[in-house]
Amino acid sequence: MEYNPYSLEGKTILVTGGAGGIGSEVGRVCSKLGARIVLTDNREDALQSALSSLVKVDGGEHLAVNADLTNADELNALVDQIPEIDGFVCNAGVMKLVLTQFITEEELTRIQSINLNAPILLTKALLKKKKIRKGGSIVFTASAAGVFRVSMGNAIYATTKCGIDAFMRTVALEYGPKGIRCNSVNPGMVETALIGTFTEEQKEKEKLNYPLRRFAQPEDIAQGIAFLLSDASSFVTGTALKIDGGMTLS
Amino acid sequence: MELKDFVQNFANQFDETDAEMFTPETKFRDFEEWSSIIGLSIILMVDEEYGITIDADDMKQAETIGELFNIVQAKA
Repeated sequence: MEYNPYSLEGKTILVTGGAGGIGSEVGRVCSKLGARIVLTDNREDALQSALSSLVKVDGGEHLAVNADLTNADELNALVDQIPEIDGFVCNAGVMKLVLTQFITEEELTRIQSINLNAPILLTKALLKKKKIRKGGSIVFTASAAGVFRVSMGNAIYATTKCGIDAFMRTVALEYGPKGIRCNSVNPGMVETALIGTFTEEQKEKEKLNYPLRRFAQPEDIAQGIAFLLSDASSFVTGTALKIDGGMTLS
Repeated sequence: MELKDFVQNFANQFDETDAEMFTPETKFRDFEEWSSIIGLSIILMVDEEYGITIDADDMKQAETIGELFNIVQAKA
């Protein structure tokens, strides 16, 4: 059983939001597939816990770097201290439900800064400093929201994810000739702390919109990301991969 | 503004061409890797690194990296 195009052996992969629900699972799944992982997050305890949950690999020690990516100095320090990478999972993000008439400039700026500006600026810094090797793969955690549908109260989040979608496709276009691919995964609801603002009743009702009758587990998203990082997806670039249990079909 | 740094910054916009191929006398359009996208990245590099705006016409006037350096320096 040698044949495994999904193997990540010999690859080094940077994961932002590496302490969170999806990010920590991406680390675990990718380490099981043989990758050396560099996790980054600004939540120290959760970051160390995520680091200790990774499976040991031959390609070197896994790393964890505490960084607030909305801070330019910390972002640049992160880029300077990491090794060259083969995969970049740009996953950190926040969500807050606010109806349009209650949007404040402060919240708009905060969420944009985390969900849109930091991913763009980190991608820029990694590319400018040539940290992503040829044959490398960039994967954004975008969303079904903003890209495939919108829902009430989710304007800011959806707008940032729509921005990520446009950025993802632009990077795919610019860096394809340099041998670097760029894609996104677009989840619907995932069972993580991010959807904690919904009540149980709201969640049960929302699940009826999912033909598969459940929300995603972090592993469902992580495995999609692992595919896009692997050589199995060598000819896939500029793609927004829906992983939503069929939610956006109707 | 140092010529040596300028040549280095110029070379950084390329991925395939060997770094040692870049000198002030280099006719950069002769490189196989040269493209309009790299031309655009040179213009943006000059803006980012030196805070100087050059345009496509400025680029056209330069045959070598050294000539482009002189054009940029004249605008400083």
